[in-house]
Amino acid sequence: MSEQYILLDHGSGGLASQQLISELFLKYLTSPLLASLEDSAVFTVSGNCLAMSTDSYVVDPLFFPGGDIGMLAVHGTINDLAMRGARPLYLSLAFILEEGLAINDLERVLQSIAKCSNEAGVPIVTGDTKVVPRGKADKIFINTSGIGLVPDERSISVSQARKGDKILLSGSMGDHGITIMTRRAGLSLEGELRSDTMALHGLVDHLCTTFPGAIHTLRDPTRGGVASTLCEIAEQAKAAITLDEESLPISASVRAGCEILGLDPLYLANEGKMLVICSPNQANDIVNAMQHHPQGHEAAIIGEIIDGPAGRVTLHTGLGGERLVTPLHGQPLPRIC
Amino acid sequence: MKYLSEFRDSALTKPLVAELQRFPARPIRIMEICGTHTMAIFHHGLRSILPEGLQLISGPGCPVCVTAAGHIDAFVDIAQQDKVRVAIFGDLMRVPGSNGSLSQAAAHGAQVEMVYSPMDALELAEKHPGELIVFLSVGFETTTPGVAATILEANRRETSNFAVYSTHKVIPPPLELLLADPDLELNGLLCPGHVSTIIGAQAYQTVADKYQLPCVVAGFEPADILRALIMLLRQIHEERYEVENGYNRAVTWQGNQRACALVDKVFIPEDSPWRGMGILPGSGLAIRETYSQFDASKRLDITMQDIAEPKGCLCGEILCGKFAPPDCPLFAKACTPANPIGPCMVSSEGTCAAYFRYGEK
Repeated sequence: MSEQYILLDHGSGGLASQQLISELFLKYLTSPLLASLEDSAVFTVSGNCLAMSTDSYVVDPLFFPGGDIGMLAVHGTINDLAMRGARPLYLSLAFILEEGLAINDLERVLQSIAKCSNEAGVPIVTGDTKVVPRGKADKIFINTSGIGLVPDERSISVSQARKGDKILLSGSMGDHGITIMTRRAGLSLEGELRSDTMALHGLVDHLCTTFPGAIHTLRDPTRGGVASTLCEIAEQAKAAITLDEESLPISASVRAGCEILGLDPLYLANEGKMLVICSPNQANDIVNAMQHHPQGHEAAIIGEIIDGPAGRVTLHTGLGGERLVTPLHGQPLPRIC
Repeated sequence: MKYLSEFRDSALTKPLVAELQRFPARPIRIMEICGTHTMAIFHHGLRSILPEGLQLISGPGCPVCVTAAGHIDAFVDIAQQDKVRVAIFGDLMRVPGSNGSLSQAAAHGAQVEMVYSPMDALELAEKHPGELIVFLSVGFETTTPGVAATILEANRRETSNFAVYSTHKVIPPPLELLLADPDLELNGLLCPGHVSTIIGAQAYQTVADKYQLPCVVAGFEPADILRALIMLLRQIHEERYEVENGYNRAVTWQGNQRACALVDKVFIPEDSPWRGMGILPGSGLAIRETYSQFDASKRLDITMQDIAEPKGCLCGEILCGKFAPPDCPLFAKACTPANPIGPCMVSSEGTCAAYFRYGEK
C-alpha cells in the first residue's frame, strides 16, 4: 500500500478501493471464492447452488428523494445476489446506532426496510444492534447479508463475458449519485431528481428464464458508476469495450445536475440499475423484454465487447470523435468553476 | 434546463465538424487558455477529429494547477490550526504540497469541508460559532465576484468567525508573459468563456494588437468550440488578427461591470506567485484593508514559503504550453490521478489529468 492511512478515496469504488482490496485484503484472505471479486460468492451445498453476499450502508442524508438508507440496505444486497442469477431467499440486518439518534428516525428506516423486504418477497430472518457514543458513528450504519439459490442451469459471472457480446444498461444512469450530491450541496434543481433505488431480482429472473444461456454477465454499477464497472469487466474479460455516447440513457435533470457540479454521469452511483452482457444475436430481444418490464423500461444497448487491449474502454462521442473511459480515481469531486 | 442538448445535437455539430475539416492542412498552433475548455475538448473527443496540422495547446487557465506549492502548504497549515475549520472547493482536496494534501490532513483530524459556493462557507460560520471558518479561496475572474459578495455579506451580518484566505488570480498577466515568449509560436487564442463573461471580450484587444494574434471567445459546448475554432482558422487563413466573440449568448464586449465593481470594492491587485511562472506583478488579488477582519492572512499566523516544485515535475512548463504531459518523465508512471505529484494531475481541469483520463499518450 502506498498510503499510510485510510482516505475517503478508499471507499469510492474506484481504483483506490480496488487497490485496498487487492493489496491488503486479498493478501490475508485467500479463499478463491473471494478472490473472484464478484458481487456475491456462489458455491454448492448438498447439491444446491447458493449465492451469498454482504454490504454495509452509510449515507448522508439518511432520507433523500426516492429513498432512504433502509431501502438501500434491502435493495443493495438483493441486487448483489441477483447479479449472479440467484433468487434471493433470506436477509440478515445489523445496525450500528449513534447515541442520541431520534427513535422516530430509526422507526422510519425500519418501516421502509419492512416494506421493501415484503415487496421483494425476501424476509429478514436474523439481526443485531449495537449503540456507540455520540460522535463515534454518523446516526445509522446498516449491514445486510443475504443468501439466495442459483437455479441449476444458470452460470452468470464476469468470467462469462466474451468478445462480440453486447452491453445493455437497464435504465438511466447517475440518478442516485446526483440526487445525494445535490442534496448535500443544498442545490434545488429544475425537474425531479430521485434516487433510482430498486430491487432487480424480478427483472433478472424474467430475463434468465426467457433467454436461457444468453445472459453472460450481470453487474450493478453502484459506486464508481458505469465507467468503473465496465473497466473492471473489460479487464477481467481480457478484451476491450466500446460505448456509444448517444445511446447512453441519461435523464435531463441528471445531465443538468452534472453540468452544474462538473461531474460525469458515467462515474455516478446507481442503486437500481444493472449492466447486462449478452449474446449479440439475442441483444435486441433482450432489450425489448427489459423495456416491457417495470424495472427496465428505459433499457438500451450501449456498447459491445470487442477485440483490443485488455481493460480498454472507449466512447464514441456525438461529434464522431473517440475518447478513452478510465476507472474512477478517488471520489468524484465537484469543480471550482 | 435549456442549452444542454441543443449545442451537442449532432445535426448541428456534424456540419461544423465537416466545415472544420475542409480547411487546408498546414501547421497551426492554437492555445486554449481555460482548463474547462481543455476538459471539454477531451471529453467530446474533439482532438480525434481535428484537421491535419492543427495542434491544440493547453494554457495556464486551471486555477488549481497554477496555485503555487507554497500556497498549498499554507492551506494545510491553516487546516491544522486549533479551532479552525477550512472550507474549500472539491478540486483542492487532493493537491499535494510539501506536507501532504488537505485530504491527508483531514485523515489526521483537520476539519476540512467541501463547499459548492463561498456562501456555503459563510453558513458554516453560523453553524460552528466556536470555530473560525476559513474559506481557502482559489480562482480566476469567474469565481472572485462570488467571494467578494460573500465578504460583503459577512460584513453586513457582522459575522466575526469567518475569514477568507485569498489566492485569487487574474488571467491577463500570465497571458502577456506567455505571448512574449517567441518559442511558443502561437497562431491563435481560444479565449475563456466564463472568465470573459466578467471581463468582456475587450480584455483580449491589447494582446490581439500587440502580438497580431487572432483571438476568439468560446463557450464550452461542442458546437461552441467547433464554431470558435472555425472562426480562428478563418482569421488565420485570411491573415486577420481580431478579437471575435463566439459566445454571444453569455459574453458581451464590456463584460459584467457590476461584478467587476464588486471585486474592485473588496480586492486590491497584488503580486502573486504562479506555479511554473514565478511571481507576476499585479496578477493576484488581496483583500482590501477595509475588510481586513475577513482576511485570514491577517488574522492567522501564516508564513507563505517559497517551496520548490516536486523533483522532475513539469507542471510549470506544461502550464506555459512548452511541454505536453507525455513529455514529463513522471507522467502516468510516478504521477497518476491516484498518486498525483503535480497539480495538473489532480484538478478536474488539469491538462495532465485530461491526457491521462482520456488516454492521450
